[in-house]
Amino acid sequence: MSSTHTSKVAMSPIDIVAATAVTGLARLVTGVRGNWLGCAPDPHPRIYFANHNSHGDFVLIWTVLPPALRRITRPVAGSDYWMASGLRRFIGCHVFRAVLIDRNPNTLQENPIALMASALDAGSSLIMFPEGTRNTSQEPLLPFKNGLYHLAKARPKVELVPAWIENLNRVMPKGEIVPIPLLCTVTFGSPLLLAESEDKIAFLDRARNALLRLRRDHEGP
Amino acid sequence: MTTTEQSMALFAGIVGVLMIASTVGFILKRRYATSGPNAVIENLNSRIKAWWVMVITIGIAFLFGKAGVIALFGFASFASLREFITLTETRRADHRALAIAFFLVLPLQYYLIWIEWYGLYSIFIPVYAFLLLPIVAALRGDTTAFMPRVAELQWGLMLCVFCLSHVPALLTLDIPGYEGRHLLLIAFLVIVVQSSDVLQYVWGKLFGRRKIAPNLSPSKTVEGLIGGVLSATLIGAGLWWITPFSPWQAGAMSLIVTLMGFFGGLVMSAIKRDRGVKDWGQMIEGHGGMLDRLDSVVFAAPIFFHLTRYWWTP
Repeated sequence: MSSTHTSKVAMSPIDIVAATAVTGLARLVTGVRGNWLGCAPDPHPRIYFANHNSHGDFVLIWTVLPPALRRITRPVAGSDYWMASGLRRFIGCHVFRAVLIDRNPNTLQENPIALMASALDAGSSLIMFPEGTRNTSQEPLLPFKNGLYHLAKARPKVELVPAWIENLNRVMPKGEIVPIPLLCTVTFGSPLLLAESEDKIAFLDRARNALLRLRRDHEGP
Repeated sequence: MTTTEQSMALFAGIVGVLMIASTVGFILKRRYATSGPNAVIENLNSRIKAWWVMVITIGIAFLFGKAGVIALFGFASFASLREFITLTETRRADHRALAIAFFLVLPLQYYLIWIEWYGLYSIFIPVYAFLLLPIVAALRGDTTAFMPRVAELQWGLMLCVFCLSHVPALLTLDIPGYEGRHLLLIAFLVIVVQSSDVLQYVWGKLFGRRKIAPNLSPSKTVEGLIGGVLSATLIGAGLWWITPFSPWQAGAMSLIVTLMGFFGGLVMSAIKRDRGVKDWGQMIEGHGGMLDRLDSVVFAAPIFFHLTRYWWTP
């Protein structure tokens, strides 16, 4: 099972070439820049949570991370999409070593929160999209699903870093095949921690507002 | 001097100027930024560093001759158009037209310059792309803000691809007595326009008082403009030996392209102010985006090309 990959697995040369190709392509099309507004890159396990418009979202976050952090940062993704074809399986499991979550409750075998927590315990950082699905609406950000809260509760010492991805929805709107080259940015905000006695609704509200604030601030001071 | 010797002399001169600039930047940092980083000096030093990178990149492209120059400016067009379109209000219905602009029109324009087909590359974007792209956009059926969308894309293509491609197009001109030396003509244009930008910045920082267009660009001053344009014109006149021009002609050409470059910067600033951004991008450390560096070249290149073509080719 793909979830048995841990952060200690060394990348093969093919994976490294593939990862370089994917990040190189991301840079060519989007010229992506990381703005570390609220924190600096840090090798401790973290949870980056971001807005989700496109399958390329985690690639952009991954691209702007320093190379040493890339190797320990794994996206959390739906297995229905990433197991659907051989190429996706290769990219998802080998190149990005995604923590794959079964979104179908009927076939769900392992508790997704436990899977993510064990990846954090093994020293990995995670990239999460708490909206749960790609946002194709006119709204900037959908309501958050509960997963982010449950993970924060399971690992209350791990920092949650909001990351706003700007413009990628314009690069490749749903249903289009050819990406349009446009400049994208990823803006990282101040890390959050689950406060003691903070309930689910208050925490998810705070996390969502932190992300929406970055949307306004992403131009920088 | 042979062409190779001229090229080497030119390159040595540019490297010498950059070494002086780096030394001055270092001394300024030592003397005036003792109590912590000074924003103006930091920016000056990152600009100088970026100039080293740009000069080396252009130098490498020149080593590969025509192919290198066309590849370099093709990439510059791509990066510029990417910055330009980022600031426009595109809609989903524009997707196909945008894809054609980036992946068909842009490479084809540079291919036409490669095969030196003047009759087509000089009208390809103003005529064919101008008429084809609105048709593609209209077929998607979305009429919201149709005219601004179509106009912005055409503007982007004209500035970032058509105008900029006139720099490598200089290679296609048949100037009697100037065979095999066209790369030096490109070097002349780029050196004059860019040194005008730099000297306007220097004169403005040292003596600038009266702002020319405070609404458009707070850093452009009368003193900077006059000092920069005149000194860059003198540099251009002094470089007559790498051109097909006499010293007077080289000076007149320099005056025209530096003025075009100045007004190009003004027009591009107007677009940036309207869209509420300071720079086009962050590609070049200390300078901003590709378009921040090339705005003056974009406006100067086609005029320089056509004046040269009209008077110096049979």
